[in-house]
Amino acid sequence: MEHDIVIIGGGPAGLAAAIAAKEAGADDVLILEREKELGGILNQCIHNGFGLHTFKEELTGPEYAARYIEKARELKIPCLLSTTVVDLQREGGGVTVTSVSRQDGLLQTRTKAVILAMGCRERPRGALNIPGTRPAGIFSAGTAQRLVNLEGYMPGRRVVILGSGDIGLIMARRMTLEGAKVLCVAELQPYSGGLKRNIVQCLDDYGIPLKLSHTVVDIRGKERVSGVTIAKVGQDLKPIPGTEEEFECDTLLLSVGLLPENELSRAVGVDLAPVTGGPIVNESLETNIPGVFACGNVLHVHDLVDYVSQEAAQAGRNAAGYVLGRRASGGAGIPLVPAGAVRYTVPCTVDPARMDSEAVVRFRVGRNMRRAVVTLKAGDKELLRKKRPVMAPGEMEQLIIKRDWLTGSEGSLTLEAREEE
Amino acid sequence: MKIYDAVVIGAGVTGCAVARELSRHEGRFLVAERAPDVCEGTSKANSAIIHAGFDAEPGTLKAEMNVRGNLMMDRLSKELDIPFKRIGALVVCLREEELPKLRDLYDRGIENGVPGLSLLSGDEARAIEPNLTDEVCGVLLAKSSGVVCPFELTLGLGESAAINGVEFLFDTKVSGLRRDGELWAVETGRGDILAKTVVNAAGVYAGELHNMVCGDKLHITPRKGEYCLLDKTAGGHVSHTVFQLPGKLGKGVLVSPTVHGNLLVGPTAMDVDDPETAATTAGGLKEVAEKSGWAVKNVPMRQVITSFMGLRAHEGKDDFILGESVEGFFDAAGIESPGLTSAPAIGEHIAKLIAEKLGLKPNRSFEPIRSGVPKVAEMPIAERAALIEKDPRYGNIICRCEEVSEGEILDAVKGVLGAKTLDGVKRRTRAGMGRCQAGFCSPRVMEILSRELSLDLTEIRKSGKDSQIVLEKTRKEVGPNGA
Amino acid sequence: MAFVELTCISCPLGCPLRVETDDEGRVLSVTGNTCRRGEEYGRKEVTAPTRTVTSTVRLTGGGSPVVSVRTREDIPKGKIFDVMAAIRSASVAAPVHIGDVVIPDIAGTGVDLIATAEREAV
Repeated sequence: MEHDIVIIGGGPAGLAAAIAAKEAGADDVLILEREKELGGILNQCIHNGFGLHTFKEELTGPEYAARYIEKARELKIPCLLSTTVVDLQREGGGVTVTSVSRQDGLLQTRTKAVILAMGCRERPRGALNIPGTRPAGIFSAGTAQRLVNLEGYMPGRRVVILGSGDIGLIMARRMTLEGAKVLCVAELQPYSGGLKRNIVQCLDDYGIPLKLSHTVVDIRGKERVSGVTIAKVGQDLKPIPGTEEEFECDTLLLSVGLLPENELSRAVGVDLAPVTGGPIVNESLETNIPGVFACGNVLHVHDLVDYVSQEAAQAGRNAAGYVLGRRASGGAGIPLVPAGAVRYTVPCTVDPARMDSEAVVRFRVGRNMRRAVVTLKAGDKELLRKKRPVMAPGEMEQLIIKRDWLTGSEGSLTLEAREEE
Repeated sequence: MKIYDAVVIGAGVTGCAVARELSRHEGRFLVAERAPDVCEGTSKANSAIIHAGFDAEPGTLKAEMNVRGNLMMDRLSKELDIPFKRIGALVVCLREEELPKLRDLYDRGIENGVPGLSLLSGDEARAIEPNLTDEVCGVLLAKSSGVVCPFELTLGLGESAAINGVEFLFDTKVSGLRRDGELWAVETGRGDILAKTVVNAAGVYAGELHNMVCGDKLHITPRKGEYCLLDKTAGGHVSHTVFQLPGKLGKGVLVSPTVHGNLLVGPTAMDVDDPETAATTAGGLKEVAEKSGWAVKNVPMRQVITSFMGLRAHEGKDDFILGESVEGFFDAAGIESPGLTSAPAIGEHIAKLIAEKLGLKPNRSFEPIRSGVPKVAEMPIAERAALIEKDPRYGNIICRCEEVSEGEILDAVKGVLGAKTLDGVKRRTRAGMGRCQAGFCSPRVMEILSRELSLDLTEIRKSGKDSQIVLEKTRKEVGPNGA
Repeated sequence: MAFVELTCISCPLGCPLRVETDDEGRVLSVTGNTCRRGEEYGRKEVTAPTRTVTSTVRLTGGGSPVVSVRTREDIPKGKIFDVMAAIRSASVAAPVHIGDVVIPDIAGTGVDLIATAEREAV
């Protein structure tokens, strides 16, 4: 088989990328999706709050996905479902995609361009090295979400949640509405990574305490969880002896972070950024491998799906430009360097010769800030200065770089966020 | 009532090895195991090393069984279709003044008959293992040391025994032993089992069992060891098993690639009272992290994907207890390190004693070959494509981290000693052992188990009978009256 | 007189609001907010808080045990558990399409419960 663009993943990123690529004139686009239906993780996110930016209404995850699935269907974009990509290799000027499925067996597909849209996975217990026993009853929040929302089963009755990421907060409410008792949500940091709205509507509404600067220091139970111990942590995030509090519970849910899923990116030789865990990309969202683009949570973990769709559409358009020979490829451009509280930027480089009239830069800060100021500089020259009343690590930020600003710029661009003096 | 020639108590690596060796003879044999699967005790969680044999005191059973067991492993791994790699081990010395102790270890190895030993300088060692620290000033290289998967070894031995007619009874705890005429009555929750001989391969419970019937009491102390397992991306950090020479700083921890390509760091060593304990501790995990840096630099402890705790059955006399302790009662007790390596030799040893005692004839139809679950992801493309064409279920990926297909999981469930639990599937196929630690695949594996074993999802267990994973349906069937 | 303390959810600032009410529950003042939207949120949250409820309903003949649903609009916050009780005893047969009414006027709220996913009959 041969294609112009193969998109790996049929979740929100893959769908938006496929649609945009097709609309930009790429005719031969194929989506490979490992689940039996399109939509990705949105299918289990049955809560509302999706699509406010894109559709100006509050949709649930499956409804948001359905809008894109319908569009892809209208455009007659082919999809192979229940198909897992197991390898990606560069060959000649393109990439060979190896996939397996029940219905089509092992397929090797040649393609000019690939869009990586595999999404992310949850950090497991092991990554935290929580001491204690290893019984049944410890779930990542997303696994519990799947069990409750798609399989229709309750993973527990008395629940402690570690981590106040949005999935953890959403699951606190979901389990409560299904009759479970959620005893508390413990958060290692002195602030929650989740949205304010979720803290109010998922915890406060149901009287579930949020214990900031707390972590789980012990898990008990031989076969099924029988309890956990939670302790306060100091500024070094280490547990403070003597602050331990025991909770009798049968379930521990973990909502302790998401990691981009980049096995295939690594296989094809894509360079990864240590901070995000996702590919290093230029302003076209193209990786160091020509014709390999990345978008969505495989690139960096997003807070809102609307931004995933926007970013993915950009990747789709650029991939189309690449295969139609309208867009130059390769070559890095001007480095974009994070400074101050900025932890990372996507993209990492901007090439004025290749970029459209504008390029979107997405970034996150590493700490909570009030009265912050964001500056973009080329050397000493300030290109942009924006005041932000509040910035938080949980929220993705973005700004627009205009091509005109970069004429005559050399060296690097610096994106800085700091408190106002 | 059936009378067995031998009942083996315990389906760990020792019990399964004894069972397989017994099945080379004609007779009726049974393995009774308290857990729902093989390899649920000390065999499950250890360093997974096939030791060369320089460690044990010359003349001990440990030394003899270790060297013999190591020699048997090449053939055994082929017969049982299990992974085994002779990657070699380095015992590193961190202080000049302790170099004589390294020499002693070398001499002891030679005396024990260990092949492939040599002494290297620190620089020579760093040339073959670049991540050794600069403090390493001398190294004992043992080329015959290797790594194995303890579970697959145990399962392979067990399934081979079962193929050759040995019966297995799981979820069967032995509560007592009594003489019944010329026989032993093995008391279990399922009733008495009558046997001419009994083999005590009960791991940390071997003392309890021995002391039920023997005058000279054993004292088995469960000794706890905590480990961290790192992602496969860290698996190449060292290419040999790196041990530290016990020295002034203490025993240190080993750093080793696993046979599946992860990196293993550990263990700590602490005596505990409770043979049921399974908890890791903050202190233990911290100790593992700290000590990992003594001999090997920059161990990427941020890539830990899981930590676990194993028990070793330590006996006060510091040697294996093997042989007929009272009439018809054979001990394979005190099997601590190097128990995994020694198990095949212990199996041979005990089976021979029993065969001689009972005058058992050789089993002429003994089938040495057993096939494991195929590792589809490791197959060459054409072979994999052909297999999927033959059975499309090998194309349905269930565990994305370890790339395990539905076909492999079905093989595990339908195997000779088939998996009945999530952990059972995990150990047979590695589904759930990868970096997401079953977050993605566990609901999918549960569905397959539920379908194949005709169980509701609420009846699927992680391992033991109380390890239910989901507790109830969110939406029950609603009766005509809404009840 | 009574005071209610709230966290404003109108923006990421999350201002701590203090809403003062009289004996009949009428809002006398909102303090702690830094914008107009904060005051509006405070007033509504104290006098007539509302929420969207999302859940699942038992599905028959659709190849999966449940199908996701939501209230078409917000319902009074105090009715959440009544709505859940109605959801728990409901059942729907495939095919189900997004927007299909699963329970009209759920728990007397005047709001319909609608399906949020597509489930074809199998």
